[in-house]
Amino acid sequence: MRIGVITFPGTCDDVDARLAAGKVGEAVALWHRDPDLHGVDAVVVPGGFSYGDYLRAGAIARFSPAMGSVVDFAREGGLVLGICNGFQILCEAGLLPGALLPNTNLRFTCRQVDLEVVRTDTPFTSTCEVGERLSIPAKHTSGRFVGDVPEDQVVLRYAAGENFNGSQDDIAGVVNEGRNVLGLMPHPEHAVDVLTGGSADGLKLFEGMARVAVA
Amino acid sequence: MRARVLIRPKAGILDPQGVAVERALPALGFDGVANVHVGRLVELDVEDPAQLEAMCQKLLANPLIEDYEIQAAS
Repeated sequence: MRIGVITFPGTCDDVDARLAAGKVGEAVALWHRDPDLHGVDAVVVPGGFSYGDYLRAGAIARFSPAMGSVVDFAREGGLVLGICNGFQILCEAGLLPGALLPNTNLRFTCRQVDLEVVRTDTPFTSTCEVGERLSIPAKHTSGRFVGDVPEDQVVLRYAAGENFNGSQDDIAGVVNEGRNVLGLMPHPEHAVDVLTGGSADGLKLFEGMARVAVA
Repeated sequence: MRARVLIRPKAGILDPQGVAVERALPALGFDGVANVHVGRLVELDVEDPAQLEAMCQKLLANPLIEDYEIQAAS
């Protein structure tokens, strides 16, 4: 099970994403200018501030050579996990419905949030129970989800009182129609070790991804 | 051609920047201000103005959340 993690100029969570990927498989570093995905079984588009978030978060990264290949990979059913800036990039690329707007409070906010698993019929959440709560850190300025998304594509919601960014219907994570692409604003790759992540709940999403990608 | 692209949040989508400015103005003594929206301005020289529409659709704006208006600048 080889999991590719793309690094763009301005990405800052690629190291933790590779660390998390390494716990469930082999992490492979991918570079934004290289269209070759090196035969990986799954791709993580990590968080950060690709291209300085210029214009709109994710707007420029989506046109990178690596993303062109990720779009093809996803359309063929390949597993793609977009975290924070990665979620923004996948929305901009049209792989996921909706868009991420500035938080209602206009502030960069960094805090541990409780998420509720709404659906387990996706590879990523197949290791969870419906209604299960995951404690995962979130840190972003533009995480307010807005979009026309079918109910069965909403996979994760902020638990009651946890929706700090003003997302529509408390939506924290959505999948595409094919259910092989997941985007979420909170950072599961930071919650893979109780010592530093506040919990190891984030590992579940990586385990689910690894389980299906090898099957 | 010198062009100007005005990009604004779509009507109906909460614009917290506009709300913040709208609240700040009366505090400075400017009364009678309503419906404030904050957007973006992109100015550019283009050889083929016919491409501006595609530029907006593809990169300059996100049509899901933003409206745009192309103007000729002088």
